[in-house]
Amino acid sequence: MTESAIEDVDTLKRPKAHAKNPTAFRARARAWIVDNLEPLNGADPFMGHALDDADQVVRSKAIQRKLWDGGFAGICYPVKYGGQGLPPECQQIFNEESRGYELPMLFNTPTLTIITPTILDFGTEEQKQRYIPAVLRGDELWVQFLSEPTGGSDLAGALTRATRDGDVFVLNGSKIWSTYAWKSDYALCVCRTDWDVPKHRGLSVLIVKVHQPGIHIDQIKHVDGTDEFCQEFFDDVPIPADHVLGQVNDGWTVASKLMFHERTAMGGASPYEVGPRMAERRGGQGGSGSLSEVSSRKDDSRVRQLLGEVRVLTRVHKALAERIGTSIRTGRLPPPAGSIPRLSGGMLNVRLSVIGLELGGDRTVAWEKGDTAGDLGVSYLGRQGACLGGGSTEMARNIISERVLGMPRDRSPDLDLPFREVRTNSMPSRN
Amino acid sequence: MDLELTADQELFRDTTRQFLTAQAPLTSVRAWADMPSGFDPSWWKRGADLGWTSLLVSEDHGGGSISGDGLSDLALVAEEMGGLVSPGPLGPVNVVAQTVSIDGSPEQVGSVLPGLLTGETVATWCATEPGQPVGADGVFLEARPDGDGFVLNGTKSPVDAGAQADWFLVTADGPLGLVQFLAPASTPGIEVTPLEGLDLVRRHAKVRFDHVHLPASAVVGTSGAGGAAFERQMRTMLVLQCAETVGATERVFDFTVEYAFDRYSFGRPLASYQALKHRFADMKLWLESAQAITVEATRAVQHDHDDAGEVARIAKAYVTERCPEIIQDCVQMHGGIGVTWDHDIHLYLRRAVLHRQTYGDPIEQRERVAILAGA
Repeated sequence: MTESAIEDVDTLKRPKAHAKNPTAFRARARAWIVDNLEPLNGADPFMGHALDDADQVVRSKAIQRKLWDGGFAGICYPVKYGGQGLPPECQQIFNEESRGYELPMLFNTPTLTIITPTILDFGTEEQKQRYIPAVLRGDELWVQFLSEPTGGSDLAGALTRATRDGDVFVLNGSKIWSTYAWKSDYALCVCRTDWDVPKHRGLSVLIVKVHQPGIHIDQIKHVDGTDEFCQEFFDDVPIPADHVLGQVNDGWTVASKLMFHERTAMGGASPYEVGPRMAERRGGQGGSGSLSEVSSRKDDSRVRQLLGEVRVLTRVHKALAERIGTSIRTGRLPPPAGSIPRLSGGMLNVRLSVIGLELGGDRTVAWEKGDTAGDLGVSYLGRQGACLGGGSTEMARNIISERVLGMPRDRSPDLDLPFREVRTNSMPSRN
Repeated sequence: MDLELTADQELFRDTTRQFLTAQAPLTSVRAWADMPSGFDPSWWKRGADLGWTSLLVSEDHGGGSISGDGLSDLALVAEEMGGLVSPGPLGPVNVVAQTVSIDGSPEQVGSVLPGLLTGETVATWCATEPGQPVGADGVFLEARPDGDGFVLNGTKSPVDAGAQADWFLVTADGPLGLVQFLAPASTPGIEVTPLEGLDLVRRHAKVRFDHVHLPASAVVGTSGAGGAAFERQMRTMLVLQCAETVGATERVFDFTVEYAFDRYSFGRPLASYQALKHRFADMKLWLESAQAITVEATRAVQHDHDDAGEVARIAKAYVTERCPEIIQDCVQMHGGIGVTWDHDIHLYLRRAVLHRQTYGDPIEQRERVAILAGA
């Protein structure tokens, strides 16, 4: 770096001055990153740091705090809520410059790309002041309480109830598939506040402190042995009446905006995403690197064709995600197009999982200790997870056909009935 | 397809589209199917006037691009041609024109390029050989030194527009490695046999070289250094195949979506059935993917990125495998009318399958991708 460039950095320490000077922002970001962030040293960039015994949430919070202290937290969030007030190009520049360094990846989904944008949209001034800076400081991590054990895709059919009692809503019911809930601090919870109106008109979104009496969290063990996903049980939990985000019984408007932000993020078009875009992540563990290592018969034409297919599909997926991200940002496609890379990621994972089996042969089911071929067998077991989590691929196909191609919605018999009269599954209670 | 066109490129694309729509609508394509050449030479000349054959040729040689990125510009033409399954030797003429412009001697530039640029003559590349892999490793046509020149023996097939070409660019196996020649189609010993074909208007031929004597001046570039040129030509061809295939598939997808809205069964439009909607969603995903990787490959080849050879083959493998499947799905959406001669959808399917099967099918391309990646 030349001396004049260094001077430039020094004179431009105040973030506002960078808004119209991306070159200066890049220089400042690069210098700060090199001085303050740890190199990934080969760790998965989508994890954000090396996988070791350290608690991932603690690590992510510490890294987020570093960004805060350095003036790089919430680059596109308003200054009055602790952000930097800079345009999306600056977040993009930061993402480019921070490639290969540790980042607080756990904060992206859902906290920074879905939850806090929705708080910006609907929160009272007091709510914004209370919650957004706490996130950007790395103090508080959020989780979404959306899916219920009675139905994962039909969000508007929520059975979890919040009943007004004086100054509080009393929360009862259960939510499921929330990631890292037990390590999170706050949640947005979609629940029913009026049972005598049609399903979409009786919902509210509550801000819920995760760790409090009456909330019990179970971790759910997955087929691959991991236990990031949770189920929560609410037993007469008092939620202060001013902890509603948006209006009471207008929760569907808020939830729709949550999903809007989620799809934008899934499509790789969120201005708030820090680090490599999740939309471009290839599915599963079966990257071409590990698949290539697992296969010993590279002189076999069939093996080479499969390895080639892995490279073809992963590269195409990445190109697709970039294309859709650009298309949403420029308005060529509407934000629901974020479901396109979501569907692609699910289908990619399906194919890569099968290729893993084909390349690994019998070592995927009976392996010597330490042989990574065993991971491919385990990964195959959880294959459909990539087609279910974050909205199933069937929902993605609904969204693409209806919201991108404009095809008619399927008829639903429950749309105009008072929700009380809608046939539902019964809510299980905690054992 | 490309999301970042310049204003000039948009104008060029629109002009090309208007010209094709007016001068080569599907009714003309069907009529030209009965012509031995598959296209009207005067039509091709007017296309050349629009710049179709000059984009990969240097300005010194009378060529020039629209945007500075000639291959990106040419891919726009290919995409539009795919949209109307146009006839004409777009790929082979441009591949030869580029190589003559880059590697050709002044005599070759002078004798070959002017006719290609005006569209009065046609050139093609004799690249692939029967039953051989589509790569430098599949070139067995022998170029044996003979006095000051060479004698060529071997067979190339299928050769694009082989019976329509005035000039052949021949990739051969010479004493020092790959060597390329430019030869008039009338050279004694060259025997051209037209092939039957799936595409209605794109013609192919088998070209046999039986003791064909060529002077040293027929060599293009340096003898033994033909590998780099071969690779460049192949990348250009693959990109153009992808662009044309994607253009064809996009058109089919669009009119099939429209059909799904207009066509009623059991009192409902087809577009209201979830079983069909989900298939359209998959098709949309595949189409956007095919477009994305084609644009990426075009840029990579245009700017000679380190991984350009791999990305071009990734695109070929994906696009030419997926797109015929999309079109077949669209046939299914149409019902019985989709497999009739009168419906236009088979014109597109023919073109997409042509590109699937030539210059290395998806299976071969996947294997080449793995080899390029060091597997």
